[in-house]
Amino acid sequence: MTEYKKLQSCQYGISDSGEEGVTVHIQGSMDESNATPLINELSAFVKKKHPSSLTVDMEKVTFLNDFGALALVEVKKLMTRGRGVFRLINVNENVEKVLSVLSFDVLGERSAISKSATPGAFVRLGDATLRQASDLKYMISFIGSVCIAMAQVIRHPGSLRTDDTFSYMQKTGVDALPIVGLISFLLGLIMAFMSAVQLEQFGANIYVASLVALAMTRELGPIMTCIIVAGRSGSAFAAEIGTMKVSEEVDALFTMGFEPTRYLVVPKIIASVTMVPLLVLFSDIFAIFGGLVVGVGMLDLTVNSYVAQTIKTLTLFDVFLGFIKGAVFALLIAWVGCLRGFQVRGGAASVGQATTSAVVSSIFLIIMTNSIFSVILRYWG
Amino acid sequence: MGRQAIIQVKDLVAKYGEDTILDNITFDVYEGEIFVILGGSGCGKSTLLKHLIGLIKPYAGRVIVDGDDISNCDDKTFQKLLMRIGILYQSGALFGSMTLSENVGLPIEEYTDLPKQAVDTLVSMKLRLVDLDGYENHLPSEISGGMKKRAGLARAMALNPKILFFDEPSAGLDPITSVELDDLINHLNRSLGTTMVIVTHELESIYKVAHRVIMLDKRTKGIIAEGDAKYLRDHSKNKFVKYFFNRQAEKKRQ
Repeated sequence: MTEYKKLQSCQYGISDSGEEGVTVHIQGSMDESNATPLINELSAFVKKKHPSSLTVDMEKVTFLNDFGALALVEVKKLMTRGRGVFRLINVNENVEKVLSVLSFDVLGERSAISKSATPGAFVRLGDATLRQASDLKYMISFIGSVCIAMAQVIRHPGSLRTDDTFSYMQKTGVDALPIVGLISFLLGLIMAFMSAVQLEQFGANIYVASLVALAMTRELGPIMTCIIVAGRSGSAFAAEIGTMKVSEEVDALFTMGFEPTRYLVVPKIIASVTMVPLLVLFSDIFAIFGGLVVGVGMLDLTVNSYVAQTIKTLTLFDVFLGFIKGAVFALLIAWVGCLRGFQVRGGAASVGQATTSAVVSSIFLIIMTNSIFSVILRYWG
Repeated sequence: MGRQAIIQVKDLVAKYGEDTILDNITFDVYEGEIFVILGGSGCGKSTLLKHLIGLIKPYAGRVIVDGDDISNCDDKTFQKLLMRIGILYQSGALFGSMTLSENVGLPIEEYTDLPKQAVDTLVSMKLRLVDLDGYENHLPSEISGGMKKRAGLARAMALNPKILFFDEPSAGLDPITSVELDDLINHLNRSLGTTMVIVTHELESIYKVAHRVIMLDKRTKGIIAEGDAKYLRDHSKNKFVKYFFNRQAEKKRQ
């Protein structure tokens, strides 16, 4: 007498026929509702008893789908691995049809999903080197194509997409004004506050104004502004061009006879190079105002003396240097943002990578170029 | 007839802002049939499909899918319903960063407690079912449009849904691939008994797979024909239906 165990929509029982092996009798519907317990329980049985042969009596199976067949495949795999015999008996026509659709006979004979072998360390190193070399090659050709496009626009100013350029000017410059202003104000506030603690001890409160003004106009103003622009606009450029690449819009531009670099990159570069120096100027003003609030509020300086000291400290060269730095950094941000966009291959994940890479590369380039500026000014300034 | 309706749409009104797209639509889809929604461009086919899968709530009326009124049900009921339906989007909508086996395995891993090895076997079964065995480790960007649709179909069928929805399955496919996909739809319907709702305007596909069709009309914003496609082609008295089936240009109506 076989004892049956109930599992959702089916039940099964196991009868031991001695040397002939065991027979599993399944009744009812074999589907997703009972696939997991059936797999777990029959696998545990096979692992424990190691039968020489296992026969599944399907006579009373009323319904079977791929989840039900999966339970049979998993048991078949275990039996085959242990060099045991697996067979199905009394398979009715409907079940037979499903098993044939699913190619049950070949299932379980080989690994379901063959994972591609992971290449060795040298192969990966070689691949990475080739990839970097190809990226470098593309980077150089992209610089060339941007230069050619810029030269064309200078020769034929009418070919510039002015509407797009103004739109990017607004997005990169005007729309960034509140956040640049706020961060610069707070930066000026913090710098003045921190320096005041030290300078107050020597009665040199007035030099807080000099420190804030010089540090902001020469170094921190351009750097902070451009980091914000990289986060806002550089990433947007990469995402925009990357998405266009994925949806074949860039290919469409090319086949319509538009040079994608001139159409997509030049307006962004011109807009950035025009607007970022102005943003730097705004950043300087807001930072000086932040310092002034601390100077007047905490250090008993008057507005007049603070402003006079600031003007006395700053030279036109300092302001001009901030301007130049802003323009150079903006050029780098727009260039690298567009480059990363054009390097997108594949789908949405690649767009995300390009965006991240655009911001990280921009910040790296900003800091590196700023260091170069410092070295040059140290010797030639 | 004694057939059981698995989808019931009652007096459905769909609006985008002030624009009425569908007005008082009522129809049933029966269990196990291949049901086609057809009509010219802009008649609201895709809008209707979005209502059937719960992406848009109706402005008025009811949509009952497999016993649940999705126009007025709680999130839990809706989540459970989503496991009983599968959708093949026009582009396949495969996740680009995942291989085909990962795409198909995602819902199985998420909604069942099958062991990892069993999930792999099941995924290979599903891919075999759509004739994509051997492509398990390919990324969507490495396969053709037709293969993407088949892989999308394998993913839509991952949990053996009771109803499969297709949005323009033949769009962008060459005639041979399109015929192959139609054969696959027929084969799956026959072997698994899944109810299928297809939005399309490809006549060849309609004749090949449809058990029953409804035709939407842009002007009346409602259903202008319902029944067997070939019967409608030969016997419909509606001028637009006749033009549509005989591939004649729609006459400008006043």
